[in-house]
Amino acid sequence: MNTDPPRNRGLTAIDGAMVLIVILLVVQIWLLSATLESYLGGHREAAVPGAIISGILFAACLALYRLVDRIDSDVRKG
Amino acid sequence: MSWFRKPSSTPLWRDEFPVFTADERYVNRRQFTKFLTLTSFGMLAGNLWILARSAFHRAPTYPRIAVAAAGEIAVGGVKTFAYPTAGDPCILVRTGSDSFAAYSQKCTHLSCAVYYDQTQNRLECPCHQGFFSIADGSVLQGPPRRALPRVSLERKDGQLIAVGVEGEGS
Repeated sequence: MNTDPPRNRGLTAIDGAMVLIVILLVVQIWLLSATLESYLGGHREAAVPGAIISGILFAACLALYRLVDRIDSDVRKG
Repeated sequence: MSWFRKPSSTPLWRDEFPVFTADERYVNRRQFTKFLTLTSFGMLAGNLWILARSAFHRAPTYPRIAVAAAGEIAVGGVKTFAYPTAGDPCILVRTGSDSFAAYSQKCTHLSCAVYYDQTQNRLECPCHQGFFSIADGSVLQGPPRRALPRVSLERKDGQLIAVGVEGEGS
């Protein structure tokens, strides 16, 4: 049985979500860098998969942000 | 004075401008997460920009410009020229008695001017020690990740004529 107060559990969940967002962001920065290098090198075929994967990563970040927002609101309500 | 203030249930947009330094520097988890998510959107915008540039890309047309007479450069010698515009420095190298190679002189790392090292038979960037193959412009060593754009040459009446650029994205 979890005996942590709801506030502590909420903060742990928020911290976990933030770490996940940071990891996704690092991958997305690398993806942009690689796509740009490829484009500047004359390989334009990498642009479509790059944009699709970047969109998926952004959607994941947005979902995690919504999660953080919701948990934060719940914790503040008590 | 504390660097952190107590969390407030008042939305950020409803807060007055801070009076104390501690209030000005305070960022809560929700704000930080929002900032990260907006940064993620910025990365997506960058990728979409590349996609748009790729979709609307048109093959460039290059002028035909005589860059040198075949006999005016000694074997192992170089000549610099500008192609296709005056703002695009290039380097022409005579690699053998009957062979020439020409590349953009701008390093693909940070655009420093590359030079030809005859003893190592390679193009070198002095800024960050990036080395390129004289055979095809590919990266041999160093921070650059892309090959040097290669200038296509034709020989006509003893003249070397630049006719295009290969491996240039934009």
